[in-house]
Amino acid sequence: MAKKMLEVSELTTKYITRTGENVYSVDHVSLTIEEGKSLGIAGESGCGKSTLALSLMGYYFAPLHYTSGTIVVDGKDITGLDPDVVRKTVLGTDVAYIPQAAMNALNPTRKVGKFIEDVIRAHELPMDKKQIREMAEQRFALLGLPVDSLDKHSVELSGGMRQRVVIAVSTILNPKVLIADEPSSALDVTSQKMVIKMMKDMMAKGLVKSMIFITHELPLLYNVTDDIMVMYAGQIVERGTAHEMVFDPVHPYSRGLMRSILVPEEGTRDVKLTAIPGTPPNLKHPPAGCRFAERCRYATPACRYNQPPLLEFAEGRSYRCMHSVDHLKEVYEGED
Amino acid sequence: MKTEEINEAIQETDAAIQEADSRESVTFGANRNKDFSKEPMCLSGRGVTRVFHTGKITTVAVDHVDFDFHRGELISIVGESGSGKTTLSKMLLGLLDPTEGEISYMGKPRDISTRAKKKEYWQGIQAIFQDPFSSYNVFHKIDSVLLDCINMRGDKNLSKEEKHALMTEACSFVNLKFAELTNKYPFELSGGQMQRLMIARIFLLKPTILLADEPTSMIDACSRATILDMLLKLRDETGMTVIFITHDIGLAYYISDSVYIMEHGKFVESGKPDKVMLEPEAPYTKRLISDVPKIHEPWDLSTVG
Repeated sequence: MAKKMLEVSELTTKYITRTGENVYSVDHVSLTIEEGKSLGIAGESGCGKSTLALSLMGYYFAPLHYTSGTIVVDGKDITGLDPDVVRKTVLGTDVAYIPQAAMNALNPTRKVGKFIEDVIRAHELPMDKKQIREMAEQRFALLGLPVDSLDKHSVELSGGMRQRVVIAVSTILNPKVLIADEPSSALDVTSQKMVIKMMKDMMAKGLVKSMIFITHELPLLYNVTDDIMVMYAGQIVERGTAHEMVFDPVHPYSRGLMRSILVPEEGTRDVKLTAIPGTPPNLKHPPAGCRFAERCRYATPACRYNQPPLLEFAEGRSYRCMHSVDHLKEVYEGED
Repeated sequence: MKTEEINEAIQETDAAIQEADSRESVTFGANRNKDFSKEPMCLSGRGVTRVFHTGKITTVAVDHVDFDFHRGELISIVGESGSGKTTLSKMLLGLLDPTEGEISYMGKPRDISTRAKKKEYWQGIQAIFQDPFSSYNVFHKIDSVLLDCINMRGDKNLSKEEKHALMTEACSFVNLKFAELTNKYPFELSGGQMQRLMIARIFLLKPTILLADEPTSMIDACSRATILDMLLKLRDETGMTVIFITHDIGLAYYISDSVYIMEHGKFVESGKPDKVMLEPEAPYTKRLISDVPKIHEPWDLSTVG
């Protein structure tokens, strides 16, 4: 069995609002990623995808607070560490995080090469300027990025190039887990493809040992990751391989998501495009029963006051619903 | 939760879902796959060009484009950032003048030389923009936004009750409850609700042409269907021409009657979506289509430069 790179069990984190209310945006999330594998996280806006990404770093700042659970990266428990310790010993080496608007994070007054120096300095590695430069040049060449971009300011680079530079800089210390939160959503299809290609290259070359990829663009997720996990209202509602999740979703919510896919392929013009009615619940006052019941067309009275557990129904596949898998599949077949 | 409460909630859900069944999926009316070339011309352009001068640098944003938009047709203009989509849409809206070429509106050359003529033109063409958050005046309440529309279409002299009924009708068309909105400001709504309110405005104004500039790009993929369905319904009811500006190729393929592909200010390919998207001829279109991640075909990453 492959080595487990990331093992999260029952992680719960909350936001404390200004009025002192607790909002549990990540609610008992457990997941594992093996070496060389990637996991995609899908869901609507406001489902807790990005909060999960932040929580997985083990680096908490107000209003986000850690509540319970453990995060183990390659055998090392990173939960409950001091933020300063996390910054020095976890970020960049164990976990690297690329936020949504990463390309705007580059200071326009400094050259790209300087950012790499900063990363090395922050980790207090014994390297001098020349060594750092050599390392940076090697890495850029390896990733197919022009080496002369090290001497450029961020404003001289295109959007796609900037995004790739940010990814290259944040993975310079070969992190074990790379968390990418919508790394390509602001880019053109062509630049997006370049970013994805680079990320896949990094995985193939072993520069990054495992990856979590967050996006709401399902066709992209399907092509990038091995597994897909669907989140709803802070909880995992279904997990499976990318192929299973796109072609054979079990949970009514995942099915709703998969039916909103639009791709320029033959036959897609004749498919009926449906939306999921309503909006995700306000987590200040989460529903008593199943969190999706309010919007679910298959909800029964039992769904209203029972919280379904996350059940594993096949190898590597789990779902969170009151109905049995067979029942759901029967209902779906009747619809098509 | 008490049993009564639960039963009540279930009834609500059932009602909502029943309504949703009719609303939340995209239904195409008789206009799907219709041949629009015989319909009267709505907006057309010949050699439309826009050149920007900044200092000594000249940028040709839109370069001699020809187009024919027919009545009731749904047209998509697809291009990447910087292809000139937005400049073209501004020219169509009459916010920018073309430096060369001519735009005809309803078969006659468009004349928007004076302020009065421009106002008249805008009664016929309306727009929905990408960012619903910046489309509203934050100081105006929602009912005044809708009241403006009623006044704009010339119903200023209607009684208060009649205006109220019109606003309620418009809101219910887009699945919003007017009674809950009257005293709210636009920023109190979610992005999807704001975009729907934008469509309610269009419903009141009933223009001949609607220009939608990336109306769904800020909205979740799963609520996208609702917006699209409303636009299609509007089109079917009023025979409005919809010009969809988008970079989402899958969406353009799904929804349009004809597609224009734009590169560096030029239309490189145009025609029926089945032809343009499935059998592209121009190298640019070919590249664009191959760069979109797909579900049934493998996504070839090796072709990237």
